[in-house]
Amino acid sequence: MRQDHLISAVDLSREDIEAVLDRAAEIDANPAAFRQRHAGTVLGLCFFEPSTRTRMSFDTAMKRLGGQTVDMGPVESSSVKKGETLADTVRVVEGYADALVLRHPSEGAATMAAEFIDVPLVNAGDGAGQHPSQTLLDLYTIRENAGLDDLTIGIMGDLKYGRTVHSLAEALTNFDVNQHFISPESLQLPRNVRYDLHASGASVKEHTELDEVLPELDVLYVTRIQRERFPDENEYLKVAGEYKIDDETLAAASDDLVIMHPLPRVDEIAPEIDDSDHAKYFEQAHNGIPVRMALLDILLSNDD
Amino acid sequence: MTDDHQLRVSKIQNGTVIDHVEAGQALNVLAILGIDGTSGETVSVGMNVPSDRLGRKDIVKVEGRELSQSEVDVLSLIAPAASINIVRDYEVVEKSRVVRPETVSGVVSCPNRNCISNADEPITSGFAVLSDGVRCDYCGSIVREKEIAANLDVS
Ligand SMILES: [Zn+2]
Repeated sequence: MRQDHLISAVDLSREDIEAVLDRAAEIDANPAAFRQRHAGTVLGLCFFEPSTRTRMSFDTAMKRLGGQTVDMGPVESSSVKKGETLADTVRVVEGYADALVLRHPSEGAATMAAEFIDVPLVNAGDGAGQHPSQTLLDLYTIRENAGLDDLTIGIMGDLKYGRTVHSLAEALTNFDVNQHFISPESLQLPRNVRYDLHASGASVKEHTELDEVLPELDVLYVTRIQRERFPDENEYLKVAGEYKIDDETLAAASDDLVIMHPLPRVDEIAPEIDDSDHAKYFEQAHNGIPVRMALLDILLSNDD
Repeated sequence: MTDDHQLRVSKIQNGTVIDHVEAGQALNVLAILGIDGTSGETVSVGMNVPSDRLGRKDIVKVEGRELSQSEVDVLSLIAPAASINIVRDYEVVEKSRVVRPETVSGVVSCPNRNCISNADEPITSGFAVLSDGVRCDYCGSIVREKEIAANLDVS
């Protein structure tokens, strides 16, 4: 990888992405070969926002490479509570670890943190900004199930605040992909993501109804619409109800449609879909381990 | 023409004259300079002054103040035709046109309240200059040119 950190999907070239996905495939095929690869390495986990899943995933990935993790623990019991700046926190934790993983509620937190440290940093989510390690596992899942070129994808749900959406859409511009965005008008893509997609010359179309594009999709990436985005409960229920998937919705879909979701889901994908061949979201979640192992392996080997 | 000028905006002894400001932008220029009248500088403002180059223009004269590079950089975004005259002892000792920079730091604050650059961290706001605005180095938010005036950090 050209850079020492993984902050934003915009920084990822096609070569960077393929290097991680290829390494992940090697790991998937022969995990034993990587078991001691980073013995003695310590990964620092700095989660300023509750996240069991991503934290566990990085923790497991480091341990399966033979390394260990140190976790700053919940924000409530840390120095942050006493008013320490993020800049100070990462400079302190840098002294304990060979690489850091950061999740923070403010957009741009990882960009700033990287200015203060020399060890590799992975952005594990910055507010409504980016979540590029999720994107790598999403891309891995897409590549395994549908291929990354000559692909038509629909990305649906909260496109405005969904950081997984922002990272995925920007990363997909490296490939030959038609992107369709399906959301209520109030949750359409933010101006800066639109700008990046436009600047990269990507094919981007926006819709308010899934029916308009469902039959032509190879992949449908569903995200959760959160209650707190709406001032009014009724408005939320009305809108969220229109972006749910069940057997009836899928009658118009291709037999090969791949359905993905970054999880956790609430009720945007009906459980009846889980047993169908369309459902790839649990596989997607499992892919988090080999892909994060591959990412850490590459970042940690940069300065060897 | 010169005599006309003198009637409208008086000469200053030492300081800066910002001329050829797009009409209507004078108050934004003051905002960029952090001048709100409370800090005591003598400031004269000419608005909608006839101009050969701009039709109508604004002029801002600030006594006892020379501009910093960051101030000039942001100024260039809202008043691209401006010229800056440094005056010492009633004489213009330096005259320059503003140049559109590639980046601006400080002066503009990110409009995204949830951006890390608005938190209590030891950093200065920074923006890349685009063709029609600026983009936050931290969160990537885009501020269009016409929105810059509303996002000046005048603390
Ligand atoms: Zn920002």
